[in-house]
Amino acid sequence: MNKHVSPKMNRRAFVIGTAAVGAGLAIGLDIPFGGPTVVRAADGSPEIGAWVVVRPDDTVVIRIARSEMGQGSLTGLAQLVAEELECDWSKVTTEYPTPGQSVARKRVWGDFSTGGSRGIRSSQDYVRKGGATARVMLIEAAANEWKVPASECSVARGVITHKASGRTTTYGKVAEAAAKLTPPADVKLKDPKDWTIVGKGLLRLDTADKTTGAMVYGIDVKLPGMLNAAIKDCPVFGGKLKSYDEAKVTGMKGVKKVVKVGDTAVAVVADTWWHAKTALEALPIVWDEGDNAKVSSESIAKWLAEGLDNDQPAYVGNKNGDAKTAIASAVKKVEAVYSYPYQNHATMEPMNATALYTADRCEVWCGTQNGEAAFAAVLEASGLPAEKCDVHKVMPGGGFGRRGQTDYVRQAVMVAKQMPGTPVKLLWSREEDMAHGRYHPITQCKMTGAFDANNNLVALHYRLSGQSILFSLRPEALQNGMDPAAFQGVAQSGEAAFGYSVPNLLVEHAMRNPHVPPGFWRGVNVNHNAIYMECFMDELAHAAGQDPLEFRRKLMGNHPKHLAVLNAVAEKIGWSTPAPQGVYRGIAQVMGYGSYVAGAAEISVTEGNKIKVHRIVASTDPGYIVNPAQVERQIAGSFVYGLSALFYGGCTVKDGKIEQSNFDTYNSMRINEMPKVESVMVPSGGFWGGVGEPTIGVAAPAVLNAYFAATGKRIRSVPLRDQNITFA
Amino acid sequence: MANLTINEKNFTLDVEPDTPLLWAIRENAGLTGTKYGCGIAQCGACTVHIDGVATRSCGVSVAEAEGKKITTIEGLASGATLHKVQEAWIAKDVPQCGYCQSGMIMAVAALLSEKPKPTDADIDEAITNICRCGTFQQVREAIHTIASA
Repeated sequence: MNKHVSPKMNRRAFVIGTAAVGAGLAIGLDIPFGGPTVVRAADGSPEIGAWVVVRPDDTVVIRIARSEMGQGSLTGLAQLVAEELECDWSKVTTEYPTPGQSVARKRVWGDFSTGGSRGIRSSQDYVRKGGATARVMLIEAAANEWKVPASECSVARGVITHKASGRTTTYGKVAEAAAKLTPPADVKLKDPKDWTIVGKGLLRLDTADKTTGAMVYGIDVKLPGMLNAAIKDCPVFGGKLKSYDEAKVTGMKGVKKVVKVGDTAVAVVADTWWHAKTALEALPIVWDEGDNAKVSSESIAKWLAEGLDNDQPAYVGNKNGDAKTAIASAVKKVEAVYSYPYQNHATMEPMNATALYTADRCEVWCGTQNGEAAFAAVLEASGLPAEKCDVHKVMPGGGFGRRGQTDYVRQAVMVAKQMPGTPVKLLWSREEDMAHGRYHPITQCKMTGAFDANNNLVALHYRLSGQSILFSLRPEALQNGMDPAAFQGVAQSGEAAFGYSVPNLLVEHAMRNPHVPPGFWRGVNVNHNAIYMECFMDELAHAAGQDPLEFRRKLMGNHPKHLAVLNAVAEKIGWSTPAPQGVYRGIAQVMGYGSYVAGAAEISVTEGNKIKVHRIVASTDPGYIVNPAQVERQIAGSFVYGLSALFYGGCTVKDGKIEQSNFDTYNSMRINEMPKVESVMVPSGGFWGGVGEPTIGVAAPAVLNAYFAATGKRIRSVPLRDQNITFA
Repeated sequence: MANLTINEKNFTLDVEPDTPLLWAIRENAGLTGTKYGCGIAQCGACTVHIDGVATRSCGVSVAEAEGKKITTIEGLASGATLHKVQEAWIAKDVPQCGYCQSGMIMAVAALLSEKPKPTDADIDEAITNICRCGTFQQVREAIHTIASA
């Protein structure tokens, strides 16, 4: 973490931001007579546009607004800027602007939100322009110095050359002059075929400190005089804190204060977190659990099952022909009901944030997927205006969607507000993290397929019943009450479009929102929609007596990009040739987050319930690939996350509370259970799709379809541990 | 009070004897490279070496650790020279979020000191750390790279 350094600046310079410690940068404004404003980084080096700082030693600092949380976007975004900047990649470093600085500069760095696999695809255009703008200014500065036209100058790896005169200079030498130039109004971006940095599997920029223990995560933040807090929120969502007996813990070692946090939680503040947690466990607490204490997994399942009834109201998300009539008159019908449970994100690092509150300033240090949302939470919880608040992003120990929420940030500020002048680090125990997730939404799905006399699929009715994430987290995004995101992967069109043509199709959602708070969980609605659809597609193929791959292909003629990735995995896994003795295959495809993905698995099953996954092949077409090595890791990681959820996951509700409390009851795959993932990348160009999430959709159905091939048994609910199916 | 030897340095720490070693290392000795993940010896994020043996420090009390040689991720390198596991982790770009990797690296370093050329089966048996990002493929490849060097 960078100590705040006062840059050497002229008397007109001033510094915005007073972070004592932080991953952010202090910004100085330098206003020369008669020229545009020069903005300076903390060390005094000039900005060449908001995205690039060039130091005198030729180091290029690239600003990254989106959050790195392991997915590699920080490196990918830097590659995009560096590509257009034509700088020396070995001299590239990165830094996060703070949300406070961005807001103070009219959001010059755009959206900070890092979810929905948007980190790169939603900012690639403007960050590339940021790099190109800086390149034009730096070349112009050199040309001005040499009194030659800029068009006669070229640049490679940060060295500017005027060929006619043989003169050269470097970005570091002309940065001061370049910073004073007016940025070009428009810049032309490179043709992707000319990329030399983008498209390469370059090593990540943030690895070294992760191997030595030096990387600072939220849990590692240290501030002078800092205290530590442990918290318990009412275990029944929607319940309240009634009372607690502070006297029982005030004398305990290290305890400084017991504080109420909003209406629902209590925290113990102590010298160390271990003391805080020990005292919190000893603290007698009485909860007002409310009516939600009557809710159980059984009552939720019953309520959702009622939503599968066609008489119940539902939102229509995709429609073609008249599915109900076609089904009623069909020669053959196949019907199945599937379900998918709540899932906790279970990031390796539990939620935490460190806050320092004084009467006129509030600052927070935390891992977050959305710096601006965290900033807004700080404003709201502190009651202070934007210019008196800031958020310093540190590395999150995993995000997967959980750290897009700001509940833990809000709590940290509410605790710190009761300890003015003292920095307080609030850390959730794993148990608190399991009890207060923002869970993968719970759903059930009834699917009915109908065939004509020639075993052609003539109708499909996909009826989803269950929870809407947007209803809970972003109600303004509902469309006349409907949650469009509920149809991810089975939508009519767009970035998560259905990949099959069925003459009579009805896709609908009976929205039912239990009290357990849902959240965006890696893959979000693609997860369950892909499991339901791809397993049922397998059921339909078997009912029609056809090969599951061939059956799909017949329905995909109008969906060439969906088909291309499916064909790519089929070829790689050798679908047309028999699997090894005792090994069985399953296949699946889906579109999500603007990318087309497919997966295939080879498994064997012993004793009817012990699965060994021998091989996984996965294909993706995200349009363009910025860093294939990182894409490969996201694909493999999606299988680990998706199969962990399939085999071991699932959060159940009893007396209104989540029953699972730690990794002993909510397990995660280990290295011995995970085969090598063979990635096939087929970027077809012309569009920008996401990478972190789509592949998770095919992980579970590929394995479940292989399980059917091996055993003849159809698994229609998750997790497998509930059905006594485990890894071999 | 407890006297601990961490990374060849002696620490006299103001902790109760039943404090988990993890928290004494993180909060009292100030070495935050060792991570908290579960507190119940399931995930391995807090793995350190105790007398050379990979151990989940959340499940060991300070009293049990006294008089023993404790090595944390910060003590794995020899001065400025990184341990071969750290070098391989950088060369193979193993970490994603990196939070579990301190523990993962300590577990792998212990495995390699016992078995310099582990088979896949050895890796499967010895490395039981949770990684939610799913870096297992890179972990395995990096181990084999070290073993074949």
